[in-house]
Amino acid sequence: MSLLSVSGLCVSLGGRPVLKGVSLDVAPGEFVGLIGPNGAGKSTLLRAALGLVRGDGRILINGNETLSIRQRARHAAYLPQERDIAWPVSVEMLVSLGRAPYGTAFSRPDAEDMKAIDRAMQRMEISAFRDRPATELSGGEKARVLIARVLAQEAPLLLADEPTAGLDPSHQIASMRVFADLASEGRAVVASMHDLGLAARWCSRLILLDRGIIIADGPPRAVLTAGRLRAIYGVEAYLGEAMGGMVIQPMDVVAADAADHEDKE
Amino acid sequence: MSDLARYRLVLAVLALATLILFLLSLTVGPAAIGFGDSLSALFSEKRDAIALIMREIRLPRALLGLMIGATLGLSGAVLQGWLRNPLAEPGLLGVSASASLGAVIAIYSGLSAAFALGLPLAALAGAVLAVLVVQAMAGLRGGALTIILSGVAVSAFAGAMTSLALNLSPNPFAALEIMFWMLGSLTDRSMTHVWLAAPFMLAGWAMLASLGRSLDALTLGNDAAVSMGVDVRRVQFLAVFGTAASVGAATAVAGAIGFVGLVVPHVLRPLVGARPSRLLPASALGGASMLLAADILVRIIAPGRDLKLGVLTAIVGAPFFLWLVYRTRRQLP
Repeated sequence: MSLLSVSGLCVSLGGRPVLKGVSLDVAPGEFVGLIGPNGAGKSTLLRAALGLVRGDGRILINGNETLSIRQRARHAAYLPQERDIAWPVSVEMLVSLGRAPYGTAFSRPDAEDMKAIDRAMQRMEISAFRDRPATELSGGEKARVLIARVLAQEAPLLLADEPTAGLDPSHQIASMRVFADLASEGRAVVASMHDLGLAARWCSRLILLDRGIIIADGPPRAVLTAGRLRAIYGVEAYLGEAMGGMVIQPMDVVAADAADHEDKE
Repeated sequence: MSDLARYRLVLAVLALATLILFLLSLTVGPAAIGFGDSLSALFSEKRDAIALIMREIRLPRALLGLMIGATLGLSGAVLQGWLRNPLAEPGLLGVSASASLGAVIAIYSGLSAAFALGLPLAALAGAVLAVLVVQAMAGLRGGALTIILSGVAVSAFAGAMTSLALNLSPNPFAALEIMFWMLGSLTDRSMTHVWLAAPFMLAGWAMLASLGRSLDALTLGNDAAVSMGVDVRRVQFLAVFGTAASVGAATAVAGAIGFVGLVVPHVLRPLVGARPSRLLPASALGGASMLLAADILVRIIAPGRDLKLGVLTAIVGAPFFLWLVYRTRRQLP
């Protein structure tokens, strides 16, 4: 059974249609990269899947259409693009927020919660600064702390909005590996991203979105073709193979008339 | 020392301070009664003058100081956590200004002179009206920003109507009474005021105190909080109505007392590791301590001159707040 099933999803924001009939299924074990140019509707798709914006269409999380807010939090975790932390709380406390869906209003974290928190901090390599105020961390460290918070939620489905933005190369790769590991454990990850190289190398499946429509959906090699990159992103890219995986590097912007020509074909 | 141990120590110290200040408040006053005598009179069977002063004058005053201070501290902490803004304070929703307007109308129309509870009841009605307008403006789809803006508009309108009442006041004494009432005070309140305010305050506290976990999650913003199972509509409802009930009742019996709800959460936030849920009980105790201390000071500084409580909290609170801003300006965005 799929962990996330979206069919015929249409969303309008401020009267402007952002998603125009999107359908997709995400099964356990998949690490889906959601790619597409700015304004394609990636963030809106993630937010709509969680009910954060209203839309028309069917959305099933773990086969269920009518989950309460609290039940949904146990089935799906979400890393928003916004990385604002309002108060100078400690890193450990921030990560422990991921356990919120499990306790009651006044309960303290139990042994299982503590284990989940520790696991998440180890995975993101932030145990060393667990006592520091989260607001004083660098952008990349903050991003890792926020990813750890989502991991601590230990939901079967993880939706992440540009999780690797602002990370150094080694932590970008480490984060992608964590997501891939989660998928191999039988969970599913859907991450929107702009780094096509990372997406091609680590995701098991890519969904290319443009102007609210899914253009392509499949394994990275099938989705990322030179023609699509030219037509959708307007870039000329180098596509190759190295170290047992796909390499993709955008080289230059396609001249305007050339892109038009591609569209007409 | 672990995080939790430090938090418990902070709560214990604040609780002790509140208790001491409450007892001091019971024993300070123009009638020079000894500490032991006054406390024993409170619990004795005798009906002499000392017992009368203690039960009818000082006990309600100390109780109201405790309750109102806790109300302001708690609702200030909740509103700051909910709006994710350290400048939020209980007056933001327009409740205080509207409750004041209700009281002013009661004084102006003679309702307050006609029967004893006319003034607080009119003030409560003002608070109810304000929260209904603010909530109706926000509606089902409105968010925190709509609430703030509506609150500002309601405050401005209530302020304007209060000015109009002063402007058209038939005699200078009525105007003076209105002015003095608005300064905020706990002088000459009776147990009737306590019984009137208590149910609203208890209901408000229950609503506000239930928000701790949700406010923690809101540290990461609205979307993240929803994805962690927080019902933000419920949070908004409880924050608005909890504040309206408790702060409305506080204003109804004591007038508008500023700065407590703004400064106390600020001062205590670093001591509880900035965690919004931990700030709630700390801020309630801190607010009670601050208001009791201020009410003791007005009696010591100028006995017989009836220095108003709201004046003192503003005189001490405003420069203190400036100092806080100065100290933390590097952390501000």
